[in-house]
Amino acid sequence: MVDIQLQSLDLNLWFGKNHVLHDVSLPVYKHQVTAMIGPSGCGKSTLLRCFNRMNDLIPGTRIEGRALLGDADIYAPKADVSKLRSRIGMVFQKPNPFPKSIFNNVAFGLQIQGGFSKAEISNRVEESLKAAWLWEEVKDRLSSSAMSLSGGQQQRLCIARALANRPDVLMLDEPTSALDPQSTAKIEELCLELKHNVTILIVTHNVAQAGRISDQTAFMYLGELLEFGPTERVFTVPADKRTEAYLTGVFG
Amino acid sequence: MKTFKEKSFQTITYTAALFTVACLLGIIFGLFREGLPIFKHVGLKEFLFTNNWYPTHAEPGFGALALIVGSLVVTLGSLIIAIPLGLGAAIFLSEMAGPRLREITKPVIELLAGIPSVVYGLFGMAFLAPLVREWFDLDTGLNVFTASLILGVMIVPVICSMGEDALSSVPKNLREASLALGATRAETIFKAVIPAAKNGLAGSVLMGFGRAIGETMVVLMVAGGAARIPSSIFDPVRPLTSTIAAEMGETVMGDLHYQSLFALAIILFLITFVSNLITESMLLKRGKK
Amino acid sequence: MALMLVLTALFLVLFLVRMFSQGAKVLSWDFLFTAPRDAMRAGGIYPALVGTFLLTALSMVVALPLGILTAIWLTNYGRPVWLVNILRVAINTLAGTPSIIFGLFGMAMFSNLLGFDISLLSGGLTLAILALPVIINNTEQAIRSVPEDFREASLALGATTRQTVSRVLLPTALPSILTGAIISIGRVAGETAPIMFTAATFYSRQLPKGLGDEVMALPYHIYALMTEGTHPTEQVPIAYGTSLVLLLLVISISAAAIWIRSSIRRKRQW
Repeated sequence: MVDIQLQSLDLNLWFGKNHVLHDVSLPVYKHQVTAMIGPSGCGKSTLLRCFNRMNDLIPGTRIEGRALLGDADIYAPKADVSKLRSRIGMVFQKPNPFPKSIFNNVAFGLQIQGGFSKAEISNRVEESLKAAWLWEEVKDRLSSSAMSLSGGQQQRLCIARALANRPDVLMLDEPTSALDPQSTAKIEELCLELKHNVTILIVTHNVAQAGRISDQTAFMYLGELLEFGPTERVFTVPADKRTEAYLTGVFG
Repeated sequence: MKTFKEKSFQTITYTAALFTVACLLGIIFGLFREGLPIFKHVGLKEFLFTNNWYPTHAEPGFGALALIVGSLVVTLGSLIIAIPLGLGAAIFLSEMAGPRLREITKPVIELLAGIPSVVYGLFGMAFLAPLVREWFDLDTGLNVFTASLILGVMIVPVICSMGEDALSSVPKNLREASLALGATRAETIFKAVIPAAKNGLAGSVLMGFGRAIGETMVVLMVAGGAARIPSSIFDPVRPLTSTIAAEMGETVMGDLHYQSLFALAIILFLITFVSNLITESMLLKRGKK
Repeated sequence: MALMLVLTALFLVLFLVRMFSQGAKVLSWDFLFTAPRDAMRAGGIYPALVGTFLLTALSMVVALPLGILTAIWLTNYGRPVWLVNILRVAINTLAGTPSIIFGLFGMAMFSNLLGFDISLLSGGLTLAILALPVIINNTEQAIRSVPEDFREASLALGATTRQTVSRVLLPTALPSILTGAIISIGRVAGETAPIMFTAATFYSRQLPKGLGDEVMALPYHIYALMTEGTHPTEQVPIAYGTSLVLLLLVISISAAAIWIRSSIRRKRQW
């Protein structure tokens, strides 16, 4: 029985009067890649942001239901949100490295936690860059600006930056939609490698991508979780007619 | 421990914001506190509408009409100069000038805007006023005319840069549509673009008004010093600002004269406050803020 | 239309030429670095330079932290909303208030009520309030122009608001904030009305030794020479010279700000 690393239980979300997520119960299994697919606006990214409470930043949001990281209630009244966010890493659609050096980008998470020695930080930076398959390309220029990297490299930098916190889960929100095919392929392979150490939850617009890299697939439509299961099963014998329609390109 | 740092940072910034509000409230409170008492001595109507400004006489008079008129006249005069120059330049820069010219002119206008008013005052007093006196064969060159000239040039940058902003934020396709319908460049500018920008342009003029009526040093040095209602543009006047500045030194804290100057300040403050409010709403109407 | 621009340019040229030519006659090393002599008929303007410098520095020491913190509150906290609205009204009103009113307020509040008298302290505080709206608006704009991406990334990595502000937003916005500060310095240095009754004096024997001393100041010096001076033949040229110094000061400050701003734009990588 595989552990559930992250999950939502009957989660509902409103943006003001808009009921955006309807009773979503999604389990994310440890050391597996879970992909979320569905047409634009179906709530995939919104659900992601529920897990690390990034939706809190938008005024007028209301949550009902529960979300758990391991056993911990994400929305507990006294929850330490910063700590939560350091345990759940997030990579965004558009690579967003800080206008700082490569080193300081990756070290950021440690610098804000404080209490790490210079050596520890240095080691962690190297470890993270290696895990993100970027080390060889940048090891000689760690102090140069992150903005000087290519799009694909910047995205791997963002992955390294998130990994530096040694999170339990790494969430990626359409991480390759702004990248060229080679960079995309690289990041897909990277995910397959990373999952052995970090649970991966990826939102993607690209159905083929989900098919390529994920162990579990969740299909969302209009704020509801219509289907969830092992990728192979969902792709070959989808239980819901709408899932089948989406997978075959009828809409979305 | 972390929460302590977070909370205190939030509190510190919150306090700073409160402090800023307190500054405004303090000014308003201070003005009214020091100025309102005068109205126990002289009625509001008399203060505003009679021309009887003799605060230092044995039987002091506090009719500020001449001062208010002085402010309005000089401001109007300055707008007469600044509107054509400022809006004209704005139209030229926004609709006709090439990008290079625009690039060079914008910083120059900014520089102009930064010239201290006392320097304009010196220029007016030492150079322009004697010239005016000679040209027009007058007793003194320190009068409405000279003051309006200098003040006018002073507010041109304000009107020009805000006006240019307003004009360039008119969407390109409006111009294209107009030209496509057969209008000439000039017709497009005057019949399509300018009407579309009218709120922003009005706002820029009001902004100039506010600047001019609140200006102290130029009028103090150049407008003359006579608290009289001018009968010609070559008469000296004494607007509200220069009255306050010139007479403040002569008062004793708390006496009637002192109070009356604060009362003048209240009037001045209210005028600029209302002018600002209207400007704000014009800018909001324009859709851009 | 082009005529309008030309006319304005013409005036500017005339103005500058006159200022420079008259002022240059008096300018010299002595002028800048010695004190006035002979009942203001000769000598230099050094004390006024020092006074202006001190007043400006003091006003910035007060206004910059206050303004920057307020802008941080506006851009990162901003709750309750009614306070935001009142604050905006306050900022806009302060920005449009005539400088003489600041002078009056400064006199009533700092010199009289708080008992600071005519002093560097009163003048500096008055100028600080004058500069406050400019600094707030500029800093707010600077912070808002930092892409939202950076803030999101920072928070998603577990940084608190405070950490995001101090480690990401402020460092990124710093050059723009600096530009705004420089512009305010230029503005404050040239103001006369706020210091007329709070700090400035026509003549002081010695350089100010403490916050409680009166100071001479460049803009006030010009005004006083022209209106209180009893020997115009010697004093008008000194006024021109002082003007030239003040102009050069303000123009170079403006130019520095404009230059920094355009080099920010060129170097910007996002």
